[in-house]
Amino acid sequence: MGYKKDQIKDFAEEIKEKDKDIKAFITIVDDPEVPESGEYKGVPIAIKDNIITEGIKTTCASKILENYIPPFDATVVKKLKEAGFVIIGKTNLDEFAMGSSTERSAFFPTRNPIDLERIPGGSSGGSAAAVAADMVPVALGSDTGGSIRQPSAFTGIYGFKPTYGLVSRYGLVAFASSLDQIGPMAKTVDDIAKVMSVIAGKDEMDSTTVDVNIDFLKDLNKGIKGMKIGAIKTVFDEQGLHEDVANAFEEFVKVIEELGAEVEWVDVPSIKYSVAVYYIIAPSEVSSNLSRFDGVRYGLRIKGENIKEMYMKTRNAGFGEEVKRRILLGTFTLSATYYEAYFSKAQKVRRKISDELYNSLKEFDALILPTVPTPAPKIGEIKDPLTYYLMDIFTIPANLAGLPAINVPFGKSGNLPLGMQIMGRRFEDAKVLRIAKAIQESTTKNKDGKTHGCYREIKS
Amino acid sequence: MSRYRTVIGLEIHVQLSTKTKMFCSCSAESFDAEPNTNICPVCTGQPGVLPVINEQAVEYAVKTSLALNFDVHEYSRFDRKNYFYPDLPKGYQITQYFHPIATNGWIEIEDEDGNKKKIRLRRLHMEEDAGKLIHAGNSMKGESLVDYNRAGVPLVEIVTEPDISSPKEARLFLEKLRSIVRYLGVSSGDMEKGALRCDANISVVDEETGRSSNRVEIKNINSFKFVEKALEYEAKRIREVLEKGENVPQETRGWNMKEKKTISMRSKEEENDYRYFPEPDLPPLVLSKEYIEKIKQSLPELPDQKKERFMKEYNLPRYDATVLTSDKDLASFFEEAAKLTGKPKDVSNYIMSQVLRYMNENNIESIYDTKIKPEHFKELFELVDSGKITTNIAKNIIKDILKTGKSPSEIVKEKGLEVVTDENKIAEIIKKAMEQNPDAVQQYKNGKKSVIGFFIGAVMKETKGKADPKVVQKIAAKLLEEE
Ligand SMILES: [Zn+2]
Repeated sequence: MGYKKDQIKDFAEEIKEKDKDIKAFITIVDDPEVPESGEYKGVPIAIKDNIITEGIKTTCASKILENYIPPFDATVVKKLKEAGFVIIGKTNLDEFAMGSSTERSAFFPTRNPIDLERIPGGSSGGSAAAVAADMVPVALGSDTGGSIRQPSAFTGIYGFKPTYGLVSRYGLVAFASSLDQIGPMAKTVDDIAKVMSVIAGKDEMDSTTVDVNIDFLKDLNKGIKGMKIGAIKTVFDEQGLHEDVANAFEEFVKVIEELGAEVEWVDVPSIKYSVAVYYIIAPSEVSSNLSRFDGVRYGLRIKGENIKEMYMKTRNAGFGEEVKRRILLGTFTLSATYYEAYFSKAQKVRRKISDELYNSLKEFDALILPTVPTPAPKIGEIKDPLTYYLMDIFTIPANLAGLPAINVPFGKSGNLPLGMQIMGRRFEDAKVLRIAKAIQESTTKNKDGKTHGCYREIKS
Repeated sequence: MSRYRTVIGLEIHVQLSTKTKMFCSCSAESFDAEPNTNICPVCTGQPGVLPVINEQAVEYAVKTSLALNFDVHEYSRFDRKNYFYPDLPKGYQITQYFHPIATNGWIEIEDEDGNKKKIRLRRLHMEEDAGKLIHAGNSMKGESLVDYNRAGVPLVEIVTEPDISSPKEARLFLEKLRSIVRYLGVSSGDMEKGALRCDANISVVDEETGRSSNRVEIKNINSFKFVEKALEYEAKRIREVLEKGENVPQETRGWNMKEKKTISMRSKEEENDYRYFPEPDLPPLVLSKEYIEKIKQSLPELPDQKKERFMKEYNLPRYDATVLTSDKDLASFFEEAAKLTGKPKDVSNYIMSQVLRYMNENNIESIYDTKIKPEHFKELFELVDSGKITTNIAKNIIKDILKTGKSPSEIVKEKGLEVVTDENKIAEIIKKAMEQNPDAVQQYKNGKKSVIGFFIGAVMKETKGKADPKVVQKIAAKLLEEE
């Protein structure tokens, strides 16, 4: 049910009210543009604030872009507008998407709507919170090492990272270009599939997009009878695996079996290297991608005696601690002396992890594993960045291998939601959604008898 | 043989004259445009933008590679070269570092005496240009302005092996390279406008001890005139340091046009670590065998091929053919005129002497920028053949044609340059000269026949060269014998 032009202002006001405690949004558009046509005319959508929106401030939750108003729309934003969606606001994130808690936003942390004491996860924490708190039916996030799936798990919603190359990155402020992918976050798989139908496809502006035509809706409800699913048992080697997550995972396997699929336990030993590989490749690309924020053409500029001093003052004042840490790390790993030992080696291991996953997926329609080893921690609870880094262990492999993966809300730890992950073959995104849909149907019907958390269908 | 041997390697950037920039759809031709009018989010490095490879730039790079005898690779990649500078919008340049599009080529150079030498080329790769920093002249605050019009214009960089052994060879090499890119139509090759830029690596080997100096890099040699000068200066400087028994530091030096010397810019320790890594925003560049073959088939005739053909087809001496084919426009003008007149050697003579001198004196790059047309040669030769003007006159009026574009007969008429055929008038002048110079007449009588030249000279002087020397000779001999 889409909003009309005269209703949308009130809707924006409503969001402002709901967002007071949660702080999911950096910008709520006062007078949003309502497209005249499109299949989803008038349906509001929230956009993570590292996706460029023409005329709407895009900050990346960084001081360096605090007042940056982009001159163009990201391809996904353009497509959403053409399909009738209303860009209602821009959501909070860890600065430049570097973080797993949204505490690393330069402006303010976002709170988990399920428990305001806790983090919503990150880096797409604002988008996750906005959907989970029923402020918007759908939101866009970006996922470099789990930034869509992990906050979806912590807030109990669906979050989908598509195959690398399926959705245009043009207009996504680059974090780690070879890993970044934009994807939808929603309360139902149907809504995920609908947004995917709008944003997927080859884009002339992004040379890494691939020309494939996927119908996300056609087979969505066909079930998973006869499918072969691989459950990754390597997960249990992970020391930080919470007992409730382990139990939920086993329960998840049972549900899939009940739905008529065959589940086999598989080992993917190299995933234990994924965090180490990720924290070489991602910072390397970061150190290069963030060089453009130099105070010369746009964004923050702090004057200096000479150009070098201007660079140093601007970047020192403009970037937060975590961003600086990763720039330094990446500058080191790319330096001529260490290139072979770090970056080059990491590329090789990345290929090995990918090959292992591709090989497993030759046998299975999909692989399953938990999304995150633990439920959402409290705000400020985790001080050490390494602990956060290690929490990405289950989500990073899909990014390294460019595979589609979705978080399915499944199980609980106390009142906190948990999430399980389905990872599919490259460009078999529709199958991943189909499996998720089957589980959604079964869990919501079996457990509480109503469609789980569906706030409103996004169909106009 | 000299004790010291100079070793030079060159790195040349060639700006490609494509319609659009390397990775966006802005116009690539903006030399004369107002600052920052040829820009877009992509080439100014706005957040979120991505590069898209310009197919025409790839085609031009392949063309150039094939013409320079390179192995063109079916698989190449783009990489990022990271460094901070205000004219570099993204903080990195997209280039090809690990897997260039072409390796292992060569160019043959030839000096005035016909000595040939092959210069090996290590690699050719594609990259994007940077913008321009303008240090505002009247700015008291020491502020600089940046113009991004040039940012993202496609370049190919060509790196030679250290096969060049003198500054003169370096000049010959660059002239040949410029000629080839102009033949191909892939670049204006205009060094003064920055379409061709040259950095040089130079070292000097002491043949007695076998020891080599460190390598010195010279940047900013932005004019053909200065390539040879800068290298000569530097070779001499290094030699002198060696002679003193001192060490030549490995460093980068810049050519200072005003002071005509090289000046140290930075030492090896201050060099950037560019942190090269594969550009994740671009897939590998994969070219099919068929694509490369198709471009190979479409290559135009190149200077060396044309030279050989001119020698055969028009019976020209090697030197003439070399000069005429060194410039594409000159060669095509010559060919047109040669066909029209049927006198290739005559056309060549006129071009090599009068026309090229005029062009040099007036700094004219292309013969098509003068007013002369191939038809003018046809008419000129007809005037000479029919005896209406002398060859001397013909040579002299070329300059007028070049300047005004008027037809030869028009100029002859206007200036009254027609041959004086009136035998009475010629006789009159000779008689007058004989009266005024009785001594000369007496010498002739005494048997010194060569004195006749004096009288012929007198007629030529009086008629401003318009008299036919043969007729004058005949009449003068007759009158002197009669005396
Ligand atoms: Zn542009």
